[in-house]
Amino acid sequence: MSTRVVLDRSDISRALTRIAHEILERNKGPGDVLVLGIPTRGVPLATRVAATMTSVEGVEVPAGALDITMYRDDLRLQPARALARTEIPPRGVDDAVVVLVDDVLFSGRTIRAALDALNDVGRPRAVQLAVLVDRGHRQLPIRADFVGKNLPTALTETVQVRLQEYDGVDSVAISAAGDES
Amino acid sequence: MKSHLLSTADLTKSDALRVLDTAAELRSLADRPIKKLPTLRGRTVVNLFFEDSTRTRISFEAAAKRLSADVINFSAKGSSVSKGESLKDTALTLEAMGADAVVIRHGSSGAPHRLASSGWVRSSVINAGDGTHEHPTQALLDAFTMRRHLGDLDGRRVAIVGDVLHSRVARSNALLLSTLGAEVTLVAPPTLLPVGVSSWPVATSYDLDSALEKTDVVMMLRVQRERMNAAFFPSAREYSRRYGLDDRRFARLPDHAIVMHPGPMNRGMEIAANVADSHRSVIVEQVTNGVAVRMAVLYLLLSGADTTEHAAGEPTA
Amino acid sequence: MTTYLITGASLLGSRSADLLLADGHLGDPADAPPDAVRIDASGLVALPGLVDLHTHLREPGREDAETIESGSRAAARGGFTAVHAMANTEPVADTAGVVEQVWHLGQTAGYCDVRPVGAVTAGLAGQRLAELGAMADSAARVRVFSDDGVCVSDAVLMRRALEYVKAFDGVVAQHAQEPRLTEDAQMNEGTMSGVLGMQGWPAVAEEAIIARDCLLAGHVGSRLHICHVSTAGSVELIRWAKSKGWNVTAEVTPHHLLLTDELVASYDPIYKVNPPLRTADDVEALRAGLADGTLDCVATDHAPHPTEDKECEWAAAAMGMLGLETALSVFQTTMVDTGRLTWGEVADRMSVRPARIGRISDQGQALETGSPANVVLVDPAATRAVEPADSASLSRNTPFRGMELPGAVVATFLHGRATVLDGKLQ
Repeated sequence: MSTRVVLDRSDISRALTRIAHEILERNKGPGDVLVLGIPTRGVPLATRVAATMTSVEGVEVPAGALDITMYRDDLRLQPARALARTEIPPRGVDDAVVVLVDDVLFSGRTIRAALDALNDVGRPRAVQLAVLVDRGHRQLPIRADFVGKNLPTALTETVQVRLQEYDGVDSVAISAAGDES
Repeated sequence: MKSHLLSTADLTKSDALRVLDTAAELRSLADRPIKKLPTLRGRTVVNLFFEDSTRTRISFEAAAKRLSADVINFSAKGSSVSKGESLKDTALTLEAMGADAVVIRHGSSGAPHRLASSGWVRSSVINAGDGTHEHPTQALLDAFTMRRHLGDLDGRRVAIVGDVLHSRVARSNALLLSTLGAEVTLVAPPTLLPVGVSSWPVATSYDLDSALEKTDVVMMLRVQRERMNAAFFPSAREYSRRYGLDDRRFARLPDHAIVMHPGPMNRGMEIAANVADSHRSVIVEQVTNGVAVRMAVLYLLLSGADTTEHAAGEPTA
Repeated sequence: MTTYLITGASLLGSRSADLLLADGHLGDPADAPPDAVRIDASGLVALPGLVDLHTHLREPGREDAETIESGSRAAARGGFTAVHAMANTEPVADTAGVVEQVWHLGQTAGYCDVRPVGAVTAGLAGQRLAELGAMADSAARVRVFSDDGVCVSDAVLMRRALEYVKAFDGVVAQHAQEPRLTEDAQMNEGTMSGVLGMQGWPAVAEEAIIARDCLLAGHVGSRLHICHVSTAGSVELIRWAKSKGWNVTAEVTPHHLLLTDELVASYDPIYKVNPPLRTADDVEALRAGLADGTLDCVATDHAPHPTEDKECEWAAAAMGMLGLETALSVFQTTMVDTGRLTWGEVADRMSVRPARIGRISDQGQALETGSPANVVLVDPAATRAVEPADSASLSRNTPFRGMELPGAVVATFLHGRATVLDGKLQ
């Protein structure tokens, strides 16, 4: 089956840089902003976005991770998943602007779970969502505030995000059903 | 992981590590203001205790509640069980209540196994201690506690000291720790080692002193005084002198070594009070870790229990 | 009474011959009357009716588990024409009254000769001798005495019992189990008991009693029979006792010839039995002992228990297994099909010797003219999967359920009358 690369290393880099600038613009600077990645691949994306914001502003933008496994709505349907680490920066989420970062926005269920998880950690002033790819097919009333690329897909297709930190390469590819390499 | 936790012998190394890693993540919840997770909302966990064990029952109850499960405590005392109701009828009752998991403590070795394999219940069965057989979640929390202090257990030396013959904790630990790569030595008078222990994946010794100097962990087992009447040893004093962890022996432990005890302790019998209260004793911490480990077990057994064959077709991202 | 002419049977698995069953005895086939019912037995092995030295029929007292009638029916289906009904009933068979009742009920049922075993001690309590002489003189003519289920552990009492039964050529059948070494014992003591966390039943608890009793029997010159021998060490001790010329006999159960303590890992009490299932080494020693005659016979220790006594956790479960309907098949698979014994020796171990030990004169006789017409026809080529619900017993606790076993009892004749024909009870 065919696999088509839709974003390469430099595309991803440009998209993340743009997202970092948009976050700063929307929030009028880095004050109170906290970037939390959703494991697995949301975490390095969050780290990169926060690093870009830090270098642009010269102010440390904290990044962390928010595991949502225990909040998923499909736990009864899937084999038990290993938990990932939740790391909340020391300032905590109370009264912060939390930017959630994930690689692909699809049904919206992960983000629903993330909002629940975040709710148990504290009470942010606002929550925003940044994704590298929005592939459509939402099942919940959720939308992203910052999108790297809108990618029209068929339901039968899969979107594969590969990142240097996990896969040794940066790329986003679409493949037809059943082609899961 | 299988759908039941009956014996640590059933856990592969990766199964065991998965429980321990999951527990490590869940342990951090203890420091959060909101300790509850919605994970097992709508699920029912039954604590079926045919033997009194308040500490184990409370630990399972806390674990289940932190995962938002409904908890039913069913204790044999004062119930139909004490009026002669059979294990089978009790099991059928629980099944009718819609239990998703049954945590069972029973005086008869193999009772949890029987419950799981009889077809009387569809729920997951978790062994919370059966007779003189096993107590797998205790071993998991012991291993968890060891990892927090010592890191990877591969090649670590663990001495388990005392009434191995009647100890479900010793059996479960011997099997689990060996699976995790630790070198286990069972130390006991010959009367308190099981026949056939030579086939276990452990070393044995009759001499506590020789085992102490090179050990990373010393786990003291409870010794019941009534064993004395069955001639397992001559007197409490002699037992204590030969197999008790007293101040003198404690001083000879390596600096990094930790002291464990599954409780409840006989202070002055198998363990000196000073040792039990020392900074290297992790006995209280064992209790805290127990909740995280039992949460991990409940989560791993109950998630996806409905349809394990479910295809990953539904969009979830 | 129907006269049967059995044609083309392989007598004791060797020469092919006809058998005439007339008026309760074997006659000359040449004298067969024209109205004799002919049974084509080509391909079938003819054996003298089997004799079980060790059967629990539960009546009186536990008629929910088995009755003398239901147990007799199971016996007939298994090819038995005589069984020894153990004394551990409620009330205990320790008086002439009880043994006569059991004997009469057996006669009434009519499926096999039920020979009551008398208790050695009153109430099986191990305190004082039961009225052994009264039972011997009763209509039941008791010759085998046993406290089976309980060991006669008191050495003096055992000595006296051995001496006393000499007066009427009786035999004491000992359940060899040193009580202190087996308190709360659940299974064979060994590697498996250590792993499973169960209280062990050590081989030495059996062997110590056997050694003592062999010495006692030698000392007082009495007949001693050892029930359900289960360990390699016991076989050695009995071999030694026999080499001394002492009058010691022994039995082994079908389950101890086939099953091992590995099965206990399932914690399914269907495998709970006393003495317990032992190791593969013990099984091998028992087979060797049966092959060389050290062990005289196979006895079933048929022990029916109602479902609720097995559908529970191990420690709460009753000990015992069904055996009557599967004994011959287990014997065939372990001893005949392995080439260790011939069908002639099957007749010796399952009919001739047990009848001799029990002093039953009209059982275990050669298949020749004039002998009582106790005959079983076996199809050695048949196989069957053991189905508990198929049993004639009131209980279902067979450890062989689901196993594929060879051999089938096609017909059983008790004193010339068919109790089983075409594999069906008559």
